[in-house]
Amino acid sequence: MNRPAIDDRRIELLLGNLLRFGVLLAASVVLCGAVVYLVRHGHETANFSEFRGEAAALRSLPAVVAGALHFHGKSIIQFGLLILIATPVARVVFSAIGFAIERDYLYVALTLIVLAVLLYSLIGSDAT
Amino acid sequence: MTILAFTILIATGSFLAGLLGALTGLGGGVVVVPMLALLFGVDIRYAIGASLVSVIATSSGAAAAYVREGYSNIRIGMFLEVATTIGAIFGALIATHVPTAAISIIFGIVLLLSAYFSSRPHPPDLVNSSPDQLATVLKLNGSYPGPKGLTNYNVHNVPGGFSLMFTAGTLSGLLGIGSGALKVLAMDQAMRIPFKVSTTTSNFMIGVTAAASAGIYLSRGYIDPGIAMPVMLGVLAGSLLGARILVRAKTRWLRYIFSAVIIVLGFEMIYEGWKGTL
Repeated sequence: MNRPAIDDRRIELLLGNLLRFGVLLAASVVLCGAVVYLVRHGHETANFSEFRGEAAALRSLPAVVAGALHFHGKSIIQFGLLILIATPVARVVFSAIGFAIERDYLYVALTLIVLAVLLYSLIGSDAT
Repeated sequence: MTILAFTILIATGSFLAGLLGALTGLGGGVVVVPMLALLFGVDIRYAIGASLVSVIATSSGAAAAYVREGYSNIRIGMFLEVATTIGAIFGALIATHVPTAAISIIFGIVLLLSAYFSSRPHPPDLVNSSPDQLATVLKLNGSYPGPKGLTNYNVHNVPGGFSLMFTAGTLSGLLGIGSGALKVLAMDQAMRIPFKVSTTTSNFMIGVTAAASAGIYLSRGYIDPGIAMPVMLGVLAGSLLGARILVRAKTRWLRYIFSAVIIVLGFEMIYEGWKGTL
């Protein structure tokens, strides 16, 4: 029974480092976007007390990527935030692979349920 | 106020929240929403969206450090994430239908409860208890490096813990917090999982839970890059620094101060929600 425990730990360590890399990547992208955004809009008056809802360009992955390619500060920030949201999703994907290697099919199934819920939130809820 | 000044102020406040959250183990996310809403007058929906993003950043950023300690249990985490992620989606979906005044009041109550529960002593770790049948089938029992070497533990009350986790997920999706206090409560007090295992496994689950509702918040337009940016960068920097100096710092007084802040913010959120100003 000792072997799986050690394998778990190795997978987790790898995942921990992967997550940290993802977070640092996301933070760097957000920082780049912040510079562009503040240089262009930093002098304007702040108004966040009124809820307007974000423009469609900042609500979905394809629109955010398109905006980021046009060098819009807000879109670059939003793209960084999407990378950040993707890091826990990546962890779940890699956990499923880890469980599959260990041939623990009960946990492969449980992990896939979690993944399905996450993907519903990220993609499926757009349709509503 | 210009956007530049506003950004710097929010980043500084978020940095302090992340630092104190990491030093006290109470999590910075829980004070981000009241800080943005009460201090900076940000609409509570934007505040929740930004907080959710910062919760993912701290959880994923600290994961490597937690794994190295060897406490977290990936099977417990994954099994309970089924409950927290479904709860998170449920919470995010009802968030759009709940008036902001009600969200503010619920937020205040959760703040007060988490201050209360985190001040209570946790039960002594249960060792050498008889294994629970369901926990054995789900392979939840494990071992951790205790003071006397590798210690085995058994997990209890799986259905009770699972339903508490659904509630934790719902609150996380509704309020944009990690619900760390409730997650630890479910594992530590209901399922009798050793405290260290509970806290580190909870950290892992927080990121996945928050990601489940973040997608919905994003597509609903609740995540404003102008607010989420300084909050995410500030909280992340603060919590990374906090985790570094944690080993040397005396955290008892900090815990008292931070708990007091949480209680004041809790009452303030309830009051403002009652008046209908948020």
